[in-house]
Amino acid sequence: MLAACGLSSADELFSQIPEAARLKRPLGLAPGISEYEIVDYFKAQAAKNANGYASFLGAGIYNHYRPVVVDTVVSRGEFLTSYTPYQSEISQGTLMTIFEFQTMVCQLTGMDVANASMYDGSTAVPEAAMMAERITGRHKTVIARSAHPEYREVLNTYARNEGMAVEECGYDAATGQLDFADLERKLDKQTACVIIQSPNFFGVVEDARRAAEMAHAVGALLVFTFTEAASLGILEPPRDADIVAGELQSYAISPSYGGPFCGIMAAKEKYVRQLPGRLVGETKDSRGDRAFCLTLATREQHIRREKATSNICTNQALIALMATVFMELYGKQGLRELAEQNLAKAHYLGGKIKPLFSGPYFNEFAAVASAPVEAINERLLENKIIGGLPLGKYYPELGNAVLLCATEMTKRADMDALAEIFNA
Amino acid sequence: MIRKVRSHLTQNEGLIFERSSPGKIGYQLPELDVPAVDAAVTLGAANVRTEIEGFPEVSEVEVVRHFTRLSTWNYAIDLGMYPLGSCTMKYNPRINEAVARIEGLAWAHPYQPESLSQGAMEIVARLEDALCEITGLDAVTLQPAAGAHGELTGILLVHALLETRGNPRKKILVPDSAHGTNPATAALVGYEVQNIPSNDQGMVDLELLARVVDEDTAALMVTNPNTLGVFESNIVQAAEILHARGGMIYMDGANMNALVGVARPGDFGVDVMHINLHKTFSTPHGGGGPGGGPVAVAKHLEPFLPVPRLKRLKDALTWDYDRPQSIGKVKAFYGNFGVMVRALAYILAHGGPGLRNATVDAVLNANYIRHKLRAYYDLPYDRPNMHEVVFSDDRQAAKGVRTGDIAKRLIDYGFHPYTVSFPLIVHGALMIEPTETEGKGELDLFIDAMISIAKEVDETPDQVRTAPHMTRTTRVDEVTAARKPVLRWK
Repeated sequence: MLAACGLSSADELFSQIPEAARLKRPLGLAPGISEYEIVDYFKAQAAKNANGYASFLGAGIYNHYRPVVVDTVVSRGEFLTSYTPYQSEISQGTLMTIFEFQTMVCQLTGMDVANASMYDGSTAVPEAAMMAERITGRHKTVIARSAHPEYREVLNTYARNEGMAVEECGYDAATGQLDFADLERKLDKQTACVIIQSPNFFGVVEDARRAAEMAHAVGALLVFTFTEAASLGILEPPRDADIVAGELQSYAISPSYGGPFCGIMAAKEKYVRQLPGRLVGETKDSRGDRAFCLTLATREQHIRREKATSNICTNQALIALMATVFMELYGKQGLRELAEQNLAKAHYLGGKIKPLFSGPYFNEFAAVASAPVEAINERLLENKIIGGLPLGKYYPELGNAVLLCATEMTKRADMDALAEIFNA
Repeated sequence: MIRKVRSHLTQNEGLIFERSSPGKIGYQLPELDVPAVDAAVTLGAANVRTEIEGFPEVSEVEVVRHFTRLSTWNYAIDLGMYPLGSCTMKYNPRINEAVARIEGLAWAHPYQPESLSQGAMEIVARLEDALCEITGLDAVTLQPAAGAHGELTGILLVHALLETRGNPRKKILVPDSAHGTNPATAALVGYEVQNIPSNDQGMVDLELLARVVDEDTAALMVTNPNTLGVFESNIVQAAEILHARGGMIYMDGANMNALVGVARPGDFGVDVMHINLHKTFSTPHGGGGPGGGPVAVAKHLEPFLPVPRLKRLKDALTWDYDRPQSIGKVKAFYGNFGVMVRALAYILAHGGPGLRNATVDAVLNANYIRHKLRAYYDLPYDRPNMHEVVFSDDRQAAKGVRTGDIAKRLIDYGFHPYTVSFPLIVHGALMIEPTETEGKGELDLFIDAMISIAKEVDETPDQVRTAPHMTRTTRVDEVTAARKPVLRWK
């Protein structure tokens, strides 16, 4: 092949690189290792992580059962090793799964349109806020302090350089829900959107309708976010919101130390041209048969460049496929039963450990321990239990509180053991 | 002559909603070991939904058949060469999938105690170190979720550093050959985008650059090798021009697979760059994600990297949030860890020498294609290329056949199309990137297909213009799709 290129050595391939720019030594990386050694290395790392613990961590990432069929599907090379489906004729498989994903996201959230996915919930939130800015022409965002602290941090990073003002709205110390009096004070004619999360970071269900009414009264939009998609099987969808930006990690996506996950973005029909990211639409091929393709690309960076709605390009297709398979396996009845089991488990735990807030909760709640939380969590670890997330780091005023989560995977015996140590 | 494929049966399949019937289930949950609760009581009746209207109800076998049938309608690397320029569609080794699923990694919760996360943190640290060595830069953040997200992070870093120097500046220069994400990113951070025309070699024009770089210029965003697949041989001087006026060089690392082991951006003046783990380091594209967009920076940008930073204590790793100059978080938690595991497995499998070999093979493959096809397709910038080669449809356009038509005809020959009509500086571009994972056999099949199509353009142009002919779905009406969008089933 070198000869066909008129070259006598591989080094000549790089003659266009100026001398000053070339690496004149081998990379300081060890030679390659075999498959067996690679497995061995990663098993050794995995062994240093938590293994065989019962865990009560939630806080945006949840332990839910992953049906075997999910990996059966996403391991198929035709899904795993294909590119973004720009070439419709040989991408109908991916395109149709995304169309089903968009449909089910709409059905779950009560929205009219949904895109093909976002990186995750935390980045979907600032994208939603920027979308609200484009729609309203305003530049202030009010976000509930009861929304996930890391989501708020990401919003602040985006906002800082984008000319968006972000204000936080407090929560009611008794119920753990949005403080509506504070929201009233924060709202004005500059407000582009109000962002609330439900169930919120404390696991408490918010009154989205009231938040929407208040936002709409000043001409702002309501952006609704969620981290626990399992709740959508039982909770009233946020029909009054204008944009929904959330996270589907609960749908057969393993925690994987924080990613990759699957963000979603859905909205009312009239805002479809302001949605960021990819959209799949139904159409026909030249024979008149049903076909799907990426559409409304004039919103996107590869066409609009600096005038695009977002710079997003690659998103989370394969992870969205995991969620799609999960949704279809569980279906209408399964998502309901899953939600009911989560509700029952968390309320069993809530009967043993008193929740801090009085608002209704789904599968996690804040609680205050009698002893310092670090000491309790240490004792729990000795019993092979990972306790709740200490909240003081994110909410100094909550001092010794922890966030406890129970899902369908949580065993009664572990909850009993947790309660015993927690209440001791 | 079509040698790679012939037709076979594919199964028909409707939308899952059309298959649905009440009462069917495809899941199993264990019996509850705690008392059931009344949702209307615990949540409040107003908070409880009646049902998820329209949601599917199907059995497990129906789900498996549904997706298996749909999968056969896709092209994939596993079926053959995927010559999409700029996209780096290389083989995705399955060992990477296996190790990412090891329970202690796949089920690690990001908030579990650091003492029970040391293995995950070690993987992050090792990948950061390897990417520093590969890029020749001083520090790496693995937090960004994809290339465009890495670009955003990189430009935020530039902005933050310039701000501490007293002026974040106003504009970012973007060559007209750049990926669309570059100008979109600059605009997202509030910078004015100044597009700069390439010179007659398709490269950054140094004279022009010296004229336009001023005290308002924050950075030049440059792709190297550029989107023509050519190394920007003036990169060292370009960096000097920017640096002399207090600006920076942002390198779009989409084409880093042409440089690994051969040249390092940190050595040729780059201040900050992103890397696409799903391109250079073989993590699967998955039909459009997930990706990984690490950002590598020179020392002066390190204090601004997203929190938390991994810090090595005497006998353990810890996440350090005490970084007062940090731009903050660009994503919750620590990035797409599952993608990092796969990328590190690829790096370990290749090792230093193997990574360099991959680069050599990728560049050799692309040059081989250039030499074999130059007699049939116009080469607007006729010079040695790196990992990809860009032709134009000039000769074929004279017969009324455009790059998009040739791409569609390639499908009939059993290949995925190349990248069509990009970069914008080449009229009617055919952008071809073979990657290192194609052997000579597959390359020759591809070359034969391209030559055969060139002949068809001369003899039976309509056959090309109306392609593909062999697919179960023919050309799709994208105009109606956009004019009357149907974005969900009802």
